[in-house]
Amino acid sequence: MNTPGRSRQGLDGELAAAYLLGLADDALVYAQRLGEWVSRSPQVEEDMALGNVALDLIGQARRLYTRAGELDGTGRCEDDYAMLRDEREFRNVHLVEQPRGDFGREMVRMLWFATYQHELYTRLAASTDQTLAGIAAKAVKEAAYHVTHAATWVVRLGDGTTESHERAQLALWWVAPYVGELFTDDEISIAAADSGLGTLPSALLAPVRARIGAVLGEATLEPPAAPTWSSSGGRRGVHSEAMGYLLAELQHVARSHPGATW
Amino acid sequence: MYGNDFGDPDRAPLNAAETSMYADAVAASAQANSELLDSFEAIIAADQKVEPRDVMPEGYRQTLIRQIAQHAHSEIIGMQPEGNWITRAPSLRRKAILLAKVQDEAGHGLYLYSAAETLGVDRSELMDKLHAGKQKYSTIFNYPALTWADNGAIGWLVDGAAIMNQVALCRCSYGPYSRAMIRICKEESFHQRQGFEILWTLMRGTPAQQAMAQDAVNRFWWPALMMFGPRDTGEHAIEGGHTAQSMAWGIKRFANDELRQRFVDMTVPQAQRIGVTLPDPDLRWNEQSGHWEFGEIDWDEFWAVLRGNGPCNAQRIAHKIRAHDEGAWVREAAMAYADKAARRAASAREKEGNAA
Repeated sequence: MNTPGRSRQGLDGELAAAYLLGLADDALVYAQRLGEWVSRSPQVEEDMALGNVALDLIGQARRLYTRAGELDGTGRCEDDYAMLRDEREFRNVHLVEQPRGDFGREMVRMLWFATYQHELYTRLAASTDQTLAGIAAKAVKEAAYHVTHAATWVVRLGDGTTESHERAQLALWWVAPYVGELFTDDEISIAAADSGLGTLPSALLAPVRARIGAVLGEATLEPPAAPTWSSSGGRRGVHSEAMGYLLAELQHVARSHPGATW
Repeated sequence: MYGNDFGDPDRAPLNAAETSMYADAVAASAQANSELLDSFEAIIAADQKVEPRDVMPEGYRQTLIRQIAQHAHSEIIGMQPEGNWITRAPSLRRKAILLAKVQDEAGHGLYLYSAAETLGVDRSELMDKLHAGKQKYSTIFNYPALTWADNGAIGWLVDGAAIMNQVALCRCSYGPYSRAMIRICKEESFHQRQGFEILWTLMRGTPAQQAMAQDAVNRFWWPALMMFGPRDTGEHAIEGGHTAQSMAWGIKRFANDELRQRFVDMTVPQAQRIGVTLPDPDLRWNEQSGHWEFGEIDWDEFWAVLRGNGPCNAQRIAHKIRAHDEGAWVREAAMAYADKAARRAASAREKEGNAA
């Protein structure tokens, strides 16, 4: 049984909620970027596929926000978190907020993010929080599909034409500085892992890297060298310049009509 | 997942796909091809379905290609006005529903391109014609979606009008088109309900939300009526249109004005339930005819938009061409990869053969 305000192991409710908000914000913010592709992708099938991935991520975010509102004791609903928090309160990594690039960048970003999510939710399906475990059990199936979709494209692009190979290689360079943040432990994830609610991000790096390495091999792509700069701060609410624009677009209708029901 | 979200208190039919008109069309379609006929004229005379394998007049084939392509293009271009709101939907529930809806439109486009391909044309050929302005899409998508309420008006009025046409097309004499329509109508019916529910909710909201809903209806009402096309008779009818031949071939089953009237009759009571006013001072109930009378459409505007001079004609096509051009390298890569994979598979088979 879930007790509002406290996870089963006694982890402070606010800390537990903060952990879930990191997961939820990653999903929502990436869904926002993927939603931009609809009607702009290389072919109709891809408009549908990217829209579908976005839809899965919004579903994850909605369930996670709802649980966060129970855990932190505020009773906030999904839209309170999505529409009414300010930039500094969003805990997503920089990777997902970066502006939409070409299709190659999107597939490389999705490959990293979906593989990370797949490893993450595989572990969270065993969370001591039954609600989170249930959310994870569903999300892991969705992430598996997202990984397949992205990996299939990365292979096609890497082993396609000279132009697509070069673009895919550039995409790997582009994404490299933003990857490390997904696997960085902070006090919230450490506490969540200790309590059995969550899992340590750093433990996911090796399996994710191995899986992506296999895809790159098949795609005839070189893993990029270690980046000279890496993003950080997203989990503390310190974002890149792109985030303000993203939130302005996401929130402006909701915020223009305080208290309205849609 | 959203099936119960749009509960309508009295479950009255909201659109043509929820009336006996749809049930009759589905039944008629199921009945078709109960006996095999070997000539085109005999199939049409017996009100049966023409299938891709059947011999058909070139004019019939060309008319269908033109109509199905226009319909497919409408689904694809129609993704733009609503797609424009995916990033701005005012709640996560609305965002999810809108994403699913726009995805459905893409799916409809794909069914329809496939139906057109059974007539011997390629999707890429049809896309090229759309980009070159040689094939059209529904003029309604040349109007802008300016506020959140426009998503409601598009769902309720535009999808409602589309279904009126599409239910009629479920009885179309060409089998693949008819079957695509039967499936599409079901999803469109759901879309129309979500549009109705967006407006219904807004009209029960704040004064600003109510004003937003009324403004959207004011802007979309007349363009929705224009979706049925020019008048069939009288001053505003067109000479030498395709209607008579399409009727004879069983492609078109009802006249434009007849479908338009059915749409108005169905929609006026819904407007009253939602609580919006339809922007037509001439709208009145005629006790004798049992129909709602309505004012004259601005036919100058209709023809201007049809000829490319609407508010968004240039923008919609430019957006489509840009996406197509930006994706060219991706499609080329997919083709190149498929060729390589096929060559590798062939060479592996050859090696296996040699080894054996």
